[in-house]
Amino acid sequence: MSFISTIINGLSLGGIYALIALGYTMVYGIAKMLNFAHGDIIMVGAYAIVSFISLTGHPLLGIVAACVICTLLGMGVEESAYRPLRGASPLAVLITAIGVSYMLQGLAQLFYGSAPIPVNIASFGAVEIFGAQVQVSSLLTLGLCIIIMVVLTLFIKFTKVGRAMLAVSEDRAAAQLMGIDTNGIILLTFAIGSCLAAFASTFYLMQIPSASPDLGSMPGIKAFTAAVIGGIGSIPGAMIGGIMLGVIEKFSLSIDVLSPYTTSVEFLLLILILLIRPTGILGKVKREKV
Amino acid sequence: MKLSDMPKQKFKLKHHINLFIVLGLFLIFLTFELTSGLRQSVRDLLVQIAYSAILAVSLNIVVGLLGELSLGHAGFMCVGAYIGGLIGNALWSSVPHIAALIAAMIGGGCAAAIAGLLIGIPTLRLKGDYLAITTLAFGEIVRNIFKNQAVFGKALGLSTSYYGKNLFIIAWIALFFTVLFAQNLQKSKHGRAIQAIRDSEISAKAMGVDVTYYKLVAFVLAAFFAGVAGALYAHNVTPVRDTFFKFDKSIEILVMVVLGGMGNLTGSLIAAFALTFVNVKLDVWLSGDLASIKKIVYAAILIIVVIWNNAPALRSIREKYSLMRWWTDMRERMPKPQKEEAEPPTTANWDKIPTKIPMDSIISTDISVREEEDPNASERKPEVK
Amino acid sequence: MALLEVHDLEVCYGLIRAIKGVSFEVNKGEIVSLIGANGAGKTSIMQSICNIIPKRSGAVMFDGHNITNMRAHTLVPLGIAQVPERRRIFNELTVADNLRMGAYTRSDAKEIRDTLEEVYRRFPVLKERLKQEAGTLSGGEQQMLAMSRALMSHPKLLLLDEPSMGLSPLYVNIIFDIIKQINSEGTTILLVEQNAKKALAISNRAYVLEVGNISKTGTGRELLEDPEIRRAYLGN
Repeated sequence: MSFISTIINGLSLGGIYALIALGYTMVYGIAKMLNFAHGDIIMVGAYAIVSFISLTGHPLLGIVAACVICTLLGMGVEESAYRPLRGASPLAVLITAIGVSYMLQGLAQLFYGSAPIPVNIASFGAVEIFGAQVQVSSLLTLGLCIIIMVVLTLFIKFTKVGRAMLAVSEDRAAAQLMGIDTNGIILLTFAIGSCLAAFASTFYLMQIPSASPDLGSMPGIKAFTAAVIGGIGSIPGAMIGGIMLGVIEKFSLSIDVLSPYTTSVEFLLLILILLIRPTGILGKVKREKV
Repeated sequence: MKLSDMPKQKFKLKHHINLFIVLGLFLIFLTFELTSGLRQSVRDLLVQIAYSAILAVSLNIVVGLLGELSLGHAGFMCVGAYIGGLIGNALWSSVPHIAALIAAMIGGGCAAAIAGLLIGIPTLRLKGDYLAITTLAFGEIVRNIFKNQAVFGKALGLSTSYYGKNLFIIAWIALFFTVLFAQNLQKSKHGRAIQAIRDSEISAKAMGVDVTYYKLVAFVLAAFFAGVAGALYAHNVTPVRDTFFKFDKSIEILVMVVLGGMGNLTGSLIAAFALTFVNVKLDVWLSGDLASIKKIVYAAILIIVVIWNNAPALRSIREKYSLMRWWTDMRERMPKPQKEEAEPPTTANWDKIPTKIPMDSIISTDISVREEEDPNASERKPEVK
Repeated sequence: MALLEVHDLEVCYGLIRAIKGVSFEVNKGEIVSLIGANGAGKTSIMQSICNIIPKRSGAVMFDGHNITNMRAHTLVPLGIAQVPERRRIFNELTVADNLRMGAYTRSDAKEIRDTLEEVYRRFPVLKERLKQEAGTLSGGEQQMLAMSRALMSHPKLLLLDEPSMGLSPLYVNIIFDIIKQINSEGTTILLVEQNAKKALAISNRAYVLEVGNISKTGTGRELLEDPEIRRAYLGN
């Protein structure tokens, strides 16, 4: 595989990671919790697309349905599993999130079986860029990811609700005293993150066209890695981290010696980043107060 | 009061309940085995119960005592299983099998402990979610590395030597020692230091607890026992394959610890017994994709138990219906042996804690101290104000 | 009828009763202060009035509404604003955004602009620093920002929790002058302070809080002259 196609494939995989990482980073920044089940929401989105395409035969309908279902699911999980634990220890919240992740995987396996279900969303063929064959879907993924991220950044920076998100992220009690419905803001964050997850599942299926119950767990963990690398809580950080990780993964896969150890390479990168700069590339340094 | 004046703790059954549970069950099964012989499936179940319980008890050291979430416990088990399996294989034909197994357990445990040290030294300054995700990453790295080594059989797995029908005896003895150790650790000075870190790292530091050291101790000890469990596993099942040690396995162990009540050794033990039993039974009934029901049930247990135990809104209900409360109530109703009279209070009885201490008393105590050192103190008094 | 009435308020942290049945009221147009030592429960009262921390029992009435169990963010539109202890401004937002957050519940752009002008008039220094991140302000400026942020919601009742904490004596005087000024322009104020002397000097009435109970009450002047209060809180 040529250098350029590796780069472009890496960028588009990175775009997917970045989309998922955005969900992690927003929820982490605002609700202060690691939503372990985020990866599995992508899996649910993938199955939603599979089901709706086989029902209606229309890919676009599948994508819309996935967005709606993922958004509702994300909100439902927040309302039922996470909200009762607001104010409880972070360990308890994390364990619950793991439980939710596990439950979604179990339910998917129960309804759809553990065998991968093939799905074809759309095939766009390939184009030639600087002499390298590049899938159009990769370019599409990359382009759409960038657009989504720009819109999201503008939304947070320039709308009242977006600023309220920043305020809740910094000081929840003070935000309440300003009249901000913090639970509502957190719910909205989950909704946005989960909707982005639906987009991620669309792009994921374009690259790897089959759905299985554990589809979301590895990309989920890797995307969290990306969020940490970029600096958790930071939206541009999620994008940088995601794209970095995608490119590194594709390069590692293209080198024979490294190829079987790709997972290790990525996770070692996570550990290294956490050691050198625990707050990530763009994260802010915060000190714990007594 | 000097430390030596403290009353010596009397031997009480309830302080050693965990050991009695393990020992009692072990002796019961051993009697059965010696008199009429157990079925192979029961022996197998006993081995599984033993190593699950070792895993749960050791994870409880990190999650319950230290208060950090480790999602890579299966990774340490993996190290123990592969290394222990390799040691067992190497010694199998040259020394008695029992010696080979013990060497494998110790070797596997030490290898896991070294892995714990290697991963612990750099990462233990992380906390909470970050540490959890690092341990998860570690588990995946370990699996990934072992899977790609020719000496460990790559994806086909490492074929190991099956110890034989008496493995359960060794396994339960190992469990006994694990529980003994964990229990003593919990009550020791070191155990208290570890628990102090859980309650507040900053206060622990302020009290002079070497936080990094004790975190590492807890982490390495837990890894060691997980390695022992892995070596046991390697001599019960062959081949040892990396897929057994997936993230799911770590979660399974975590469920036991959470269900047993984090930090509660007896709870971890009972949860490990019960869940392993149910697990093995469910595996028989639920074949193929129905196995997902097990996952769903586990997940539901995890979510419900955690929300019930931690939700701030449920606090009053929790206090009302707590088992502990019910137990103490029961005991209070029972007639108690007459206790010694409480010491009469030597100091004043405060109805409420005074936040406002009369200025006179503060000044007068100041003077009484100062008078010995500085006779001019009383002259300074008017300046104070 | 008083603007704010607190009846038998109880607050618990776990098993510890921090506030043990406190009752007091604030009438329209008054400055009322709660004074007491560290740990007496002043901040707990403030936070539980706004339901930032839960009440164990008791009732709170504001302006004819029963606000005992209303969610914190719904109190702002009713006309309660609080400047929390340690200011709690949004450090990473600009001064302008902090002020915008203060007006979060209001939608009439013109009214917001009027209030903003009023704030600039009262705190000219903030106008110079609109684009600056709030965390870079000095302590006194941060306190001014916290107060103006609260005023942006145009409250009927302003709750001030330790406004003088950590400020230089010069700023303390300025802040207390401003409090008096805000009050004279029609905003009722409930003030919690450790600096009892300053607080009593500007208060119409005051309550002395002692380990979760109100031990004394009177006008600011009465308490200033009370020998026991002088001894315990005023240092002479």
